[in-house]
Amino acid sequence: MVTFLIRRVIRTILLLLAVSIITFGIFFLIPRLAGQNAAELAAQYVGKNPTAGAIKQMEIKLGLNEPLPVQYWKYLVGIVAGTHYNDGPSITYCPPPCFGYSFRNQQPVWPQLVSDLPVTASLAIGAAFLWLVGGVAIGVLSALRRGTILDRLSMAVALAGVSLPIFFTGAVALLLFAFKWPIFPGSGYTNIAQSPVGWVEHLVLPWVSLAFLYAALYARLTRAGMLETMGEDFVRTARAKGLRERTVIFKHGLRAALTPILTIFGLDLGLLLGGAILTETTFSMQGLGAFTVQAITNQDFPEVMGVVMFAAFFIVVANMLVDILYAVIDPRVRTA
Amino acid sequence: MMELTTEATPVAGAPVLDVSDLRVRFTTDDGVVKAVDGVSFSLERGRTLGIVGESGSGKSVTSLAIMGLHRGKNVQITGEIRLDGEDLVTASPERVRQLRGSKMAMIFQDPLSSLHPYYTVGHQIMEAYRVHNKVTKAQARKRAIDLLGRVGIPSPASRVDAYPHQFSGGMRQRAMIAMALSCDPGLLIADEPTTALDVTVQAQILDLILDLQSEFNSAVILITHDLGVVAEISDQILVMYGGRPVETGPAAGIFGQPRHPYTWGLLGSMPRLDVGRAERLIPIPGAPPSLINVPAGCPFHPRCTFVATVGGHACEAQVPALEEIAYQHKAACHLTAEQKRVAWEALSDPLSRTTPDPAALPDSAAGVAEDPGDPDPADPVPVDSGDAPNPSEVEA
Repeated sequence: MVTFLIRRVIRTILLLLAVSIITFGIFFLIPRLAGQNAAELAAQYVGKNPTAGAIKQMEIKLGLNEPLPVQYWKYLVGIVAGTHYNDGPSITYCPPPCFGYSFRNQQPVWPQLVSDLPVTASLAIGAAFLWLVGGVAIGVLSALRRGTILDRLSMAVALAGVSLPIFFTGAVALLLFAFKWPIFPGSGYTNIAQSPVGWVEHLVLPWVSLAFLYAALYARLTRAGMLETMGEDFVRTARAKGLRERTVIFKHGLRAALTPILTIFGLDLGLLLGGAILTETTFSMQGLGAFTVQAITNQDFPEVMGVVMFAAFFIVVANMLVDILYAVIDPRVRTA
Repeated sequence: MMELTTEATPVAGAPVLDVSDLRVRFTTDDGVVKAVDGVSFSLERGRTLGIVGESGSGKSVTSLAIMGLHRGKNVQITGEIRLDGEDLVTASPERVRQLRGSKMAMIFQDPLSSLHPYYTVGHQIMEAYRVHNKVTKAQARKRAIDLLGRVGIPSPASRVDAYPHQFSGGMRQRAMIAMALSCDPGLLIADEPTTALDVTVQAQILDLILDLQSEFNSAVILITHDLGVVAEISDQILVMYGGRPVETGPAAGIFGQPRHPYTWGLLGSMPRLDVGRAERLIPIPGAPPSLINVPAGCPFHPRCTFVATVGGHACEAQVPALEEIAYQHKAACHLTAEQKRVAWEALSDPLSRTTPDPAALPDSAAGVAEDPGDPDPADPVPVDSGDAPNPSEVEA
């Protein structure tokens, strides 16, 4: 089990490095392949009608004049040790972990990511809890009552949930519960430390709307998984032992059906932590998703690159955690 | 192992299981499936009943009905299943659940898929024990280790924490047996317990079941399509075809003087070591009947080679009744007793030879069923008798 853990962690680190190389390549290699030279790249950061000297200065400051591998190496070093952007007259310091410096906003990228993360994390984790519990519960009920009205109804709702985009369900939720009956605030976010009640109030609608989308998928997956495992031989054995039906369903059936669901759950949650773009936009929340949209609209490469790395980190780590969890759940994986 | 056999044996001679006119029907979109159609038998403690038949003959459905494991609204079970006098057909599901695992237990065909992959073997045995007995975890664990040792698992104290995938096929089936016997059930149903195992292991498992049966004094129902297995350990045999019992009786009678064309077919299609290689197995032509549209009359008549012998339209029109033809030996066939005797003698002739010798046809019948009317089932028969010591006769 220990070797398994070490192997997984090393693999995760290598994967993150690969992701950083690819991301770096996309942002710094492709423009060059497309024919842009260092001066043209630097020109984007010096405002309108720049002088040749200013452009040259910016080129040096950002290190764009250096070969790409050197630039990548400096980027990596910056993550660990911080970076000094030096153009002679002035030095801009980006403290570690330096995921780049936005010269459009005149601030390092990392603190912005960190300040936006709680919004996205609150949204994602709260919704994830709701959809996991809700989806699995509905899925189990549907499977056990297969063919009944309850099953058909919940599967119809689930189909709707999977098909309807968040900007539709979110807008309907806002229309009903923020404007027609103003039970919840319509937009924004309150820090949990400032006001726990306000935090929940602001998040209820985004949570429910987002959870609805995913719960639908999870209900269908759980139902299919339960129908399969409840027909397994070991469930028949559990019944033959005289176990109570509740024990048979939850301890023997659901336990086995849950494994694939946890895999997808880890990945979904990891993906969302990198930014729930549509949900954050619908509910006007300043999270990583909104940050991504703004960075892309402003063509702020360091910011886009920073948020992509950040999101990739969550997905890769979630992947690793799922693998480890799998080994905890399924004893057959441990020896493999 | 005194503690394993604490339960007092009920009144000697009283059957632990008494099934009469059991019928199981499934309502499906395609029609009503008569999976079991009028099965009756009774079984005492310490005795073994072998139920034989092809796939779809209703063997497993019968055993699952006894265990109360048929679920859902589309199942109809009628008749009587009395376990120690208590009718299971009319009992509440909760009552049947309490009896399951405690008074009747079952082991299944594939021990790998029948054990939960996520729980240790010990946990699964303890679970079976604890649901019916108010004991602490430590006591249940001790019992599990005890049982694992009893079914022949080496170093059970450490093996108790192993997962099913860490066991070999034979060990898994031993663990299943340990689980089934954890509450000392009066009835053990083994549904094709050796089919998924290596040939060498099959004999060990059968021996184990036999040993434990005499130790626990349980009644055993052995369900199989493998006549070699049945021959080795059964006292009584029930041959099923198309959901109906076609022949039933003491093992020696069934193997010595089988009186149903289907049983003849089964015996003819069984490989035997004592018959020369030149002998071909004789398959039963055709396929088992659909249980939705069971053929009218005798369900076996479309595949039976004796329809012309019976003559008329009896086979197509009339369901033959189970008629006693010797002591406790019944068969459902329209052939007359004399026709059956002559037909079996002719058929068993090549089967009984130890070496192929076409020239010696008349003599070779010498040892076979000389007196078919003899009700004594202890007739010396060349077909595998119940006490055949050689396990290699088990069908591969």
